[in-house]
Amino acid sequence: MIHVENLMKTYGEVKAVNGVSFDVTAGEIFAFLGPNGAGKTTTIQMLTTLVRPDSGRIEIDGLDPRTRPHDVRRRFGIVFQDPSLDGELTAYENMELHGVLYHVPRRTRHERIERLLGIFELWDRRDTYVKKFSGGMKRRLEIARGLLHTPRILFLDEPTLGLDPQSRNQLWTQVKHLNETEQVTVFLTTHYMDEADRVAHRIAIIDHGRIVARGSSAELKAQTGTDSLEGAFLKLTGSTIRDERADAADQLRQMAKMWRR
Amino acid sequence: MSAIYILWLRELKRYSRSRAQILASLGQPLLYLLVLGFGLGPVFQRAGQGSYLQFVAPGVIGMSVLFTSIFSGIGLLWDRQFGFLKETLVAPVPRLHIMIGRTLGGASVAMLQGLLILVVCLIAGFRPSNPALLPIGIGVMALVAIVFAALGTAIGSTLQNMQGFQLVMNFLVMPIFFLSGALFPLDGLPAALAVITRLDPLTYGIDGLRGTLIGMTHFGVVSDIGVLAVVASAFMVLGAYSFSRIQV
Repeated sequence: MIHVENLMKTYGEVKAVNGVSFDVTAGEIFAFLGPNGAGKTTTIQMLTTLVRPDSGRIEIDGLDPRTRPHDVRRRFGIVFQDPSLDGELTAYENMELHGVLYHVPRRTRHERIERLLGIFELWDRRDTYVKKFSGGMKRRLEIARGLLHTPRILFLDEPTLGLDPQSRNQLWTQVKHLNETEQVTVFLTTHYMDEADRVAHRIAIIDHGRIVARGSSAELKAQTGTDSLEGAFLKLTGSTIRDERADAADQLRQMAKMWRR
Repeated sequence: MSAIYILWLRELKRYSRSRAQILASLGQPLLYLLVLGFGLGPVFQRAGQGSYLQFVAPGVIGMSVLFTSIFSGIGLLWDRQFGFLKETLVAPVPRLHIMIGRTLGGASVAMLQGLLILVVCLIAGFRPSNPALLPIGIGVMALVAIVFAALGTAIGSTLQNMQGFQLVMNFLVMPIFFLSGALFPLDGLPAALAVITRLDPLTYGIDGLRGTLIGMTHFGVVSDIGVLAVVASAFMVLGAYSFSRIQV
């Protein structure tokens, strides 16, 4: 479903993604893990046509995002790291707008919105302005929205960031349910190892722009001789904290971005 | 095409729901209309120019259209901040459609705002000299709205955060307003000012509004509309180009 070969992307001096290759097969839940600044988001951006790779090959359902971006976009749904809803519109209107942008025919649109909002327990709140939603409700709405156009692949970039355990649990139960009933392939990133352990069929760990390990959760534990995925992750990526460097680089990027040529 | 429609509709929905904002947006025009209209009225009359309220009303309408349309374009910044922009940019829709939808939406909102101010002016005592020309005046408003909504889109696409906003406000929007002849007649200006006012697109909008609403024009309504149409097309191209270069 996703085929990636020797993917490269450099920002200035930083090799954000440095020769990454992997395959995701249809119907599986694939977790892409790594510390901050490891290249997760850049990889997702390249897979989802938002950033052009410097070199390497990508195939999404057999199509190249560079040459057929619109066809690729129709085949995936995405939940970004940061929220991307319109708070001044209601939940239903956000869904409807998405349906129109993705050319979902009017008749199926309403049915599907009702079904998805039902699954994510938001149907009763469909006419509430999204700005009044809690963090967990917003996330669920975004996932429901990402699935509205029946994509083959669902990208989830840290979907549970900032949610309480109850919301996280509910969210993953629903995602698993949809993976099974709609056969949608799921590509996710997260910092919560227990989540990856619980839902992912296969895992790849990326660090410094390169994939350092891959396999099922059990395989990674066996490979590193640890008894938890968290232990395996720390063993593979080290226990130094990456936040500071990433933050300074981010700040510089922000300053440089204020006025873009 | 449906993408253009749904994004246009979004702008209208957002406008109709921001009641407090609509109310607040009446404040400044009212101030200009009443304070300048009645404050400068006697001086203006003594100078032999007639009623200042009649004169300034089209200027105030033009000002409202300018502010509303340019800010709706810059509203892109908010959409970027709140993330909604990404949702539209990753959709399987040509960017041009997205840009056209939101720009026309912003322009429509600005027109509604202009009409609202026209009603306020009528209440304050403004009387159009020839009501038959009113539809043409509304057409001029539409053109002004498109010109500045497109310019706002271009600015909103280039600007990366809120810090640049004050800069745009003080060095672009306010000069466009003050140099447009909204508050003073264009006859007998010093040469330098005369040149600058002619470079300001809003000048032709205000002149066109005056031509249709109070029968007083410097360039002639037809040439006003011609200039506005050319500038509107140019700014739409500029806006579309800037929007196509946005990176997520």
